[in-house]
Amino acid sequence: MENVARKPGTVTPAGAPKRGPLSFWERIYVVEAARGVWITTVHFCRNMWRHTLHLVGLAKDKQAAVTVQYPEELRYVPPRSRTRHRIVRREDGSPRCVGCMMCETICPARCIYIVAEEDPDPNIEKRPKRFDIDLGMCVFCGFCVEACPEDAIRMDTQMVDLAAYSRNGMILTLDQLLAGEPAAPREATNALGERVHG
Amino acid sequence: MPKLTIDGREVEVEQGTTLIEAARRLDIHIPHYCYHRGLSIAGNCRMCLVEVEGAPKMMIACHTQAADGMVVHTDNDKCREFRASILEFILVNHPLDCPVCDQAGECKLQDYYMEHGAAGSRLDEDKVKKRAKAKQIGPNIMLDTERCILCSRCVRFTDEITHTHELGITERADHSEITLADGAWLDNRYAGCVVDICPVGALTDRDFRFKCRVWYLTAVDSICTGCGRGCNIAIHVNRDRPHKAGGARVMRYKPRENPEVNQWWMCDEGRYTYKQIDHDRLTEATVEGRTATVEEALDATGAALRKAGDAVGVLVATTATNEELYLARALFAGALGGHAAYLAPPQGEADDLLILADKAPNTRGAQEILGEQAADPVAWVKEKGVKAVVVVGEAELTGLKAEVDHVAVIATHPGKATEQAHVVLPGSVHAEAEGSFTNLAGRVQRIRVAVPPIGGAVETWRLLMELGDRLGHPFDFAFEDDIFAALADQLAPFAGLSHESLGRRGAPLGSGTTQPAEVA
Repeated sequence: MENVARKPGTVTPAGAPKRGPLSFWERIYVVEAARGVWITTVHFCRNMWRHTLHLVGLAKDKQAAVTVQYPEELRYVPPRSRTRHRIVRREDGSPRCVGCMMCETICPARCIYIVAEEDPDPNIEKRPKRFDIDLGMCVFCGFCVEACPEDAIRMDTQMVDLAAYSRNGMILTLDQLLAGEPAAPREATNALGERVHG
Repeated sequence: MPKLTIDGREVEVEQGTTLIEAARRLDIHIPHYCYHRGLSIAGNCRMCLVEVEGAPKMMIACHTQAADGMVVHTDNDKCREFRASILEFILVNHPLDCPVCDQAGECKLQDYYMEHGAAGSRLDEDKVKKRAKAKQIGPNIMLDTERCILCSRCVRFTDEITHTHELGITERADHSEITLADGAWLDNRYAGCVVDICPVGALTDRDFRFKCRVWYLTAVDSICTGCGRGCNIAIHVNRDRPHKAGGARVMRYKPRENPEVNQWWMCDEGRYTYKQIDHDRLTEATVEGRTATVEEALDATGAALRKAGDAVGVLVATTATNEELYLARALFAGALGGHAAYLAPPQGEADDLLILADKAPNTRGAQEILGEQAADPVAWVKEKGVKAVVVVGEAELTGLKAEVDHVAVIATHPGKATEQAHVVLPGSVHAEAEGSFTNLAGRVQRIRVAVPPIGGAVETWRLLMELGDRLGHPFDFAFEDDIFAALADQLAPFAGLSHESLGRRGAPLGSGTTQPAEVA
């Protein structure tokens, strides 16, 4: 579109070419449509060729497509990213959560559901009977982590691939949250699982 | 009468008034823990220290009597400094328990700390640990002595209000703690009140324990339905988080101050009646035992009543509001030319503080509005020759079905009445409709909607209006206060009263015509 004629004196925002009147070749449409198909075909053939070469271990320094081929390829996840929640355990394995409902209160998506019960140890007093997080509604704002007075909820599992076959499947229960472990930042990998810079 | 100046404003009070009460006249709040208007003055928390010009030291506002010409400062730098110091002292041994404490959110330590303290602790020593944490001291009460600030409100309550003397303070200095008397158990009939008056989380309610957080609750003014006293209460409702407490909507009752009725108190028997609101409710209509829509059930009853002509009657339980009683009277005794009576209220034990033997909230209202009591419903039906009867509320009706062609029951819970019914209509409890009750002393007090009718239930007053429509006598009331206005128009004792003039504390019968409407 760089060759579009600009009327002298018109002000355009930076980087936004002003569209002038269509030329004759543009107006008959067929030529422009064919040009579009040509561009797509060139990219397809080049990428297809490079992907094939990559499969047999050649021309690895040449990128085949600008998009990440998820899930075969994975992007780098920075260490401080807010990823799937987990509930921290005490040394004896019990949840560190005392069911104070601060996270449930602060949660702007209202996706945390806590029901508390009596803990047999009077010095702990309170523990969660039910602690569900509906990941289908979670906005990953991290307020729950900030609000927790016991440092019991963290978002450091580095799990970002969250999917389920039903809405209910997106609800994490206390057991699932307790099973979460902190993980090292995820490295970017290519389709063969090899670490790449990304 | 002494005239004094508080924070630059003059006020004249009766001889013997304390500074804290004189300040209250001017809407000046002086922070306090141990002072409670319903109890004797202890003066031990020192939170209410104020500066009195000419006095050598700070004075406690709760125990210093107002004198002529006194100049008092409640909010100058010196007062604020003293308050912060007292608060720091009170908090020395207080645990950082707020996450697990049910009082959090309605705790005076939290409130005053944010207002007057808000400084880091300077304590280098370990906190003094008390003997037991989270100890049960009564059927409904938990005690945590670590959280206690020893204001002694609860001790004074059991000494002065219930005269049961279960609680005392033992040990010395920072080992002092609230203790049960030897062999005692905090199971008096008003034990729940110690939770209400405890300014911190030392005394908490076992029933409310860990159910939800107080900031999830909405308070709605209402009246306790446990007996004829009509104690003013606030219904605390959890509207937004149905996963708490198994889906219960009403979480607790709290007494509301009304010097004319219950002062600051309520009995445990009434306090825990809230459970009925969400438990085992009728949520759908039935016709001859089969589930039906409310419209079908109303049509069935309407047809049966039409067939019976003027041989119709209505029996209203004394749990019905004044508005429902009035509609029953206007429709059955008025428009249809039939009969209307109220059912005998259940009786129970009484005491000399609040609890009355009459266990229904609106017996006086039923006496004023319907006048006639049907002590034995079956005998009443036979005597009046009633062929089709509508029962509003719960009652013992064994044998009624055999005497009449049609029994319709507007009820809230399955029971003896619904077993005897051809048609059952699911009605509303007091927390689900606007209205008013008249307590046994003749005070008319409002109830407000705290929650919508449960499931498929419909407000009882609306069901009665729908029946009117089907019987060719439509009422044109849009809201409950229109019904009350019609009632006030027709019955002399209610004359001059309106929902608006009843306000938050109600008004006695007959007061609408003898004095200007009370504004609470």
